[in-house]
Amino acid sequence: MRLSRRMAVAAVAFGTLMATVACTSTDEPGTGTGTKEVEVFTWWADGGEKAGLTGLETVFGTECKDFKFVNGAVAGGAGSNAKQVLASRLQQGTPPDTFQAHAGAELSDYINDDQIEDLSAQYGEWGLSNAFPKGLIDNLTVDGKIYSVPANIHRANVLWGNKTVLAKAGITKDATTLEGFFADLDKLKAAGVATPLALGKDWTQQMLFEALLISKLGPEKFNALWNGTGDWAGADMTAAITDYKKLLTYTNSDRDTFDWTDAEKMLMDGKAAYQLMGDWEAADLDAKGFKDYSYSVFPGNGNVFQWLADSFVLPKGAKNADGTKCWLKTVGSAAGQAEFNKKKGSIPARTDVPADGFPAYQQAAMNDWKTAVQVPSCPHGSACAQTWQGAVGSAQGKFSTDGDVAALQAALASAAAEFGPKAK
Amino acid sequence: MRHRKRTWIPGLLLISPSLILLAVFVYGLIGWTVDLSMQDRHNARPSKGFVGLDNYDKLFNHDINDRFTHSLLNLLVFTVVFIVGTIVLGLLWSLLLERGARAEGFFRTVYLFPMAVSFVASGVVWRWLMNPGQGENAGGINAIFEGLGLHFLEGPWWTDPDWGMAAMAMPAVWQLSGYVMALFLAGFRGIPDELREAAVVDGATTFQLYRRVLFPQLTPTILSALIITGHMSMKMFDLIMSVSGAQWLTEVPAVYVWQTLLTRDYAKAAAISVFLLLVVAVVVVPYLIHVNRSEKRS
Amino acid sequence: MTTQTMTAPPRSDQAPAPAPGPRRRRLPNVVRYAVLLLFVLIVLMPLYVLVVTSFKSGREIGVNGQWTLPETWTFASWEKAWLSLGPSFGRTFQLAIPVALLSSIIGAANGFVLARWRFPGADVVFTLILFGMFIPYQAVMIPLREVVLWLGVAPGIPTLIFVHTVYGIPICTLIFRNYYATVVPEELIEAGMMDGAGLLRTFRSLILPISIPGFVVTVIWQFTSAWNDYLFAIFMSNTRNGPITIALNALAGAQSPDYAASMAGALITSLPTLLVYILLGRWFIGGLMAGSVKS
Repeated sequence: MRLSRRMAVAAVAFGTLMATVACTSTDEPGTGTGTKEVEVFTWWADGGEKAGLTGLETVFGTECKDFKFVNGAVAGGAGSNAKQVLASRLQQGTPPDTFQAHAGAELSDYINDDQIEDLSAQYGEWGLSNAFPKGLIDNLTVDGKIYSVPANIHRANVLWGNKTVLAKAGITKDATTLEGFFADLDKLKAAGVATPLALGKDWTQQMLFEALLISKLGPEKFNALWNGTGDWAGADMTAAITDYKKLLTYTNSDRDTFDWTDAEKMLMDGKAAYQLMGDWEAADLDAKGFKDYSYSVFPGNGNVFQWLADSFVLPKGAKNADGTKCWLKTVGSAAGQAEFNKKKGSIPARTDVPADGFPAYQQAAMNDWKTAVQVPSCPHGSACAQTWQGAVGSAQGKFSTDGDVAALQAALASAAAEFGPKAK
Repeated sequence: MRHRKRTWIPGLLLISPSLILLAVFVYGLIGWTVDLSMQDRHNARPSKGFVGLDNYDKLFNHDINDRFTHSLLNLLVFTVVFIVGTIVLGLLWSLLLERGARAEGFFRTVYLFPMAVSFVASGVVWRWLMNPGQGENAGGINAIFEGLGLHFLEGPWWTDPDWGMAAMAMPAVWQLSGYVMALFLAGFRGIPDELREAAVVDGATTFQLYRRVLFPQLTPTILSALIITGHMSMKMFDLIMSVSGAQWLTEVPAVYVWQTLLTRDYAKAAAISVFLLLVVAVVVVPYLIHVNRSEKRS
Repeated sequence: MTTQTMTAPPRSDQAPAPAPGPRRRRLPNVVRYAVLLLFVLIVLMPLYVLVVTSFKSGREIGVNGQWTLPETWTFASWEKAWLSLGPSFGRTFQLAIPVALLSSIIGAANGFVLARWRFPGADVVFTLILFGMFIPYQAVMIPLREVVLWLGVAPGIPTLIFVHTVYGIPICTLIFRNYYATVVPEELIEAGMMDGAGLLRTFRSLILPISIPGFVVTVIWQFTSAWNDYLFAIFMSNTRNGPITIALNALAGAQSPDYAASMAGALITSLPTLLVYILLGRWFIGGLMAGSVKS
């Protein structure tokens, strides 16, 4: 008797189990109830990014009443968890209805792998071709076709400062040259600021290095590095890396344990005077209630605007292509861009969005965007594809620990040769 | 009376679903990965052809900054500290406890509890404990040293370029020493009392008793402990991802695979995985054969 | 070489017979207990930090004073952590319980065959099965995602149930094989045969009733490893459909990580396995011991 009862329990347990496996209907959004849902895949899971996405969702809700927005955000790992999930879903042929991708070279991965659709026709239909600046359109165009709709523009080469700390060291005006910057950093050290420049790990180091490269090489040579006509092995690169090494001596030695927000905290706490970071820092500082900050373009960058852009695409095999197109139309519209960017802290990629209603920093950036010299960014995907990005990131990580100038230069040159445009 | 003769066919039938599953999901997929590691497939498109061992050659001889070799060295440091640490602590604890102690259950429970915690969860607190800030910025363990005035003990922990992986092994040692202790305790208790008694009758000192009589009996236990900790070390991924995240400083092959898959270099990721598998197999296969043989003998 | 690992563990928590041994030159007890207690402090240190920090409020969480008790105890971080971990907490039970039951049942059947209903080549097959325990799962991960999808298993928890069950077969088979080899006398099977029982009936009516200790061990082992797994989870699920380790990693690895909430989250994540460990401690240890192929 005991046994049979036990067997019954086992049978029930087993049955339940099989039912779980068989019936637990997919939790993957967008695969559930029909084709009306539009799964928007991003890594915008918290903070201003999430708020921006919610803003877009609101506009989408009124513009595309036939469709339902499904938030497919994947958190964690600074976007790397999301990219891993995305790669496997694309490979398995179960793509989300649309996903976030950095505009520029990073998109080429998806284009080369034949995973996203050509949107040139939609550009014409929605009048987007004239709404974006020509430079951006050129950057988005691959073999005469356009594959994504940019939602925003961020500026990467901005130097943030703590006004109080700077004033204490007698610095009233931000430096405009690299020499001047080094002099200021020395002043800060002399004034007792142990780490004048706050820095984080991997990609934040890549950003600092690129800002310095722009100062040392100028925008033309900097651009050339990424389009395959530049020289990574030359003497000017050696000089730049040597300067970068010197710059690192002004930063916190525990940088490899820091995210950009930890570095930002050093700035807010007055433990550091400066931090180089993209202009999402403005929104973040505002959100954290820190008012005492200054900003300027990285010393020596002149009127160079190092840009990066988030864009959305139509994956091949998306279940709800009509819904996706309506989403993309929303993303590209003036209303969508205004709503999204006010919350995310970036500026609209369109040049016809009225500036009023945007915070002061963003208004200034919108102005610069129209007139400045544009260069792309590798850690943020506008300059280089993901494989290249990975190799550069690893090399920078090594340099942060050993400061070996020759090794970094050799690694950067090899990475360009192996993954750069010449390699294809 | 219906006496049935035992035939082996039903046994094989009962076990065959498992055998098929393992044949497919262990050996089949390993075969798949091995094949992939020899293809020219460095993006999401189909392979451009068979390239033999080229991908392996690239890993060892042409990887930028010798990244793969570096990850192997990291793994080596981690593994040595992890294995030595768990075995030393596990042995020490089991020696302190093996002849019975007051509140032995309490001590054993405490020493073992970290084993129940996932690396992801313990990584959260160890990242905090191993804060590399020193002096007035000291945090975590450094703050204790700072408070005790032991400044010279404050360290950069896992951010040290040469020995950082030794620090990274500390949470793993914390987590698994209790397990090794349990293995040793079971080993000690498996030794027949007659052996001890005989040694005592022969006038052996405590030291001699352990050295000559008990430790030799523990050889199989030590072997198990080595194999278990060793193969865990090869797979180490969760802990590193949650303490430092994926970065050069603490990169081991398992993390390198993750990073490589992010850039969709499937063949390279497969080659790293297969190499890892080979390292494990070189140690584990002889061990399994040894166990199989010694079992037959007895 | 015996399989004492399997019989010893369930009893191993009881006070051991004080081993007869030389009493001379024994380490003074004071020293011994001092060392033992020192290690207790060291081992519990991370737990102390977790608990203390999880009850602190935002302003108290800085580099300084992280070892002190909270000035004001607050549950705010626990609430915040629960908000982000709650859904995956339930899902992880949906994952770990089926995995524990399924692989135990399979393991029992396999173990019985390999121990007491052997077929030619059983030893070789057993060794081949065992190897599956040791493989670095990275070596199967790339094609695994494709195969599981091709099989039509739904993404998220169902996929993870399937995967954990399959890769749990080796350890469960090992545990049951060693267990049956120790506790099931050959005569029992013979007696069953005399009564005309075939394989299934023998297994069901003679073997299963005495298998509880084995089941306890495998269920605990599989529950814990499915609960604590991160590798399969990160490759095959995400924060919306995956287990709690993924959610915790996202919480603790967010751009502006909230340390108090992360620590509360780490405690929430560890609670079920710690509970299993505390309540079923002696079997838990048995499970750990069984992880070794032989002792």
